[in-house]
Amino acid sequence: MTPHVLTRSLDRSATIFLVVVAGLGVLIPLSNLLLPAGSMFQVPTYLVALFGKYACYAILALSIDLIWGYCGILSLGHGAFFALGGYAMGMYLMRQIGSRGVYGNPILPDFMVFLNYPSLPWYWYGFDMFWFAALMVLVVPGLLAFCFGWLAFRSRVTGVYLSIITQAMTYALLLAFFRNDFGFGGNNGLTDFKDILGFNVQADGTRAALFALSCLALIVTFLICRAVVTSKLGKVLIAIRDAESRTRFLGYRVESYKLFVFTLSACMAGVAGALYVPQVGIINPSEFAPGNSIEAVIWVAVGGRGTLVGAALGAVVVNYAKTYFTSGPLAPYWLFMLGALFILVTLLLPKGIVGTFSAWRASRKETQRANAESADLEDGVGEPKPAE
Amino acid sequence: MSVMEGRTTSALLYLDGVHVSFDGFHAINNLSLTLEPGEMRAIIGPNGAGKTTMMDIITGKTKPDEGTVLFDGMTDLTRLDETRIAELGIGRKFQKPTVFESQTIEDNLLLALNVDHSVKGTLFWRGSRDEAERIDRVLETIRLRDARNRLAGSLSHGQKQWLEIGMLLAQDPKLLLVDEPVAGMTDVETHQTAELLKEINKEKTVMVVEHDMTFVRELGVKVTCLHEGTVLAEGTIDQVSSNERVIEVYLGR
Repeated sequence: MTPHVLTRSLDRSATIFLVVVAGLGVLIPLSNLLLPAGSMFQVPTYLVALFGKYACYAILALSIDLIWGYCGILSLGHGAFFALGGYAMGMYLMRQIGSRGVYGNPILPDFMVFLNYPSLPWYWYGFDMFWFAALMVLVVPGLLAFCFGWLAFRSRVTGVYLSIITQAMTYALLLAFFRNDFGFGGNNGLTDFKDILGFNVQADGTRAALFALSCLALIVTFLICRAVVTSKLGKVLIAIRDAESRTRFLGYRVESYKLFVFTLSACMAGVAGALYVPQVGIINPSEFAPGNSIEAVIWVAVGGRGTLVGAALGAVVVNYAKTYFTSGPLAPYWLFMLGALFILVTLLLPKGIVGTFSAWRASRKETQRANAESADLEDGVGEPKPAE
Repeated sequence: MSVMEGRTTSALLYLDGVHVSFDGFHAINNLSLTLEPGEMRAIIGPNGAGKTTMMDIITGKTKPDEGTVLFDGMTDLTRLDETRIAELGIGRKFQKPTVFESQTIEDNLLLALNVDHSVKGTLFWRGSRDEAERIDRVLETIRLRDARNRLAGSLSHGQKQWLEIGMLLAQDPKLLLVDEPVAGMTDVETHQTAELLKEINKEKTVMVVEHDMTFVRELGVKVTCLHEGTVLAEGTIDQVSSNERVIEVYLGR
């Protein structure tokens, strides 16, 4: 990335965001590892894992904001790309178990032994190598998004119709992954992970490192999104969002732009899923549930779409609320609260938290300027000062 | 893209025997029309005469059921999509002014410039002095120089019309299709728009659809009157406006 791109893509809120994420990414692991347990400033390991989860959700939210906030593509199936990235990582983690599984088979994961698989299915080949799994984390969601997008955008499927088929896509994958003979562990999914790159996934050090990596991934994703939206391509995306056919008549191939940004976004969601799985210790088909994808869209709406910082903030705020309320007596009512939140935000804060805040600040600046101008004017034409 | 062997006509735009029907409604009926290079043509006609549908056909939004549509004597426009046709050099202003409201006036023009429109080209785009000068010239022409950093959505209706014409200029097409440029404009603005189009016509071929007869008269160009998807009359404004059938279906007695 050239310095030119960097300076262009960093405004004040972007800089604050990066400093905060980087600060947390360093301080939380240090506090967890170096301070004695029970100390006031020590962040317990369970919280490190929880914050790591939030960071992954924030990456997912950024990926949704990139296509929805800037290009008007409302995907209600982005959880699918997140889950596919998660499964790719899960497959690597399964292969790392080796002969330590319940059945002690050095090649086959436990569920395959249990289901009488004679040998490893071809699509599991290569997942014993980290680099291959890491590549698949990007390739599998990216390829699905590319094929799906190529068909949908070329046929000019837009708006609510596109949203519906993205829902259908994630639902179809949910059903497929639920099947035992699909080869991904059926409804139990992939779990009982032992280690990642030779480090115990349960160890404090590994968890702290995974959290720091998630923060790093969030920073990198944010920088890529900023570089995209502040480029001329970003202006084209907004043009497509606001007046698609006008953009076409100016000679832009709209479907190529949508395909590019949709595929990029799916890869980002895949990375989020891949970092999520080792931190929560399981990936199963419920990650494909249409409700998950809708929830992720709500995070973006709450934070403020088309702001990037807002999307990440929305993911953290809503998930913190979810953690808080679902662990108390209000747990049965969480979904009602989430629905009410969405309705309230749509009605009262259509620009979301960050969007509303920046609009308020802009209008305050405007008033101040107007006041200053009228003050100048009064000074100029005011009554002459009495002679002293 | 299909290129025929050599030119078959000297016209820049050549429509012959074009038919389009939507669910049995014949929007365009055996329409034939030619536009010579450098010409400016005014198209008039009652609502539903097929004026906008004709523009949709020329720009690739609607595919005709039958007929020939040739650009520059060689290119069959019926086989191309909107993007390709725009790249060939046909620009269009919509009936309802359509600008990118959440972006600045300068950015609207930047987006319209006919430079590399590929994904890669825009992702790694860096402005050049040449582009900046072209934008400045257009801003000068459409008299929005002082408003360059304002959002397009904050412009008045007439200014939006001008911005859209400015976007056409930035696009630098060979042929401009201008749909109702003076709708909602004051008399002064209408007059200025006529002057602007005449200025543009010095270099480019223009087709203007308009209802405002004062404006059409001011343009002083050949007029085609459409009715029920076909050409009813063609000639100078005086010839057309004295035509019995035109008076009957359009101008009124």
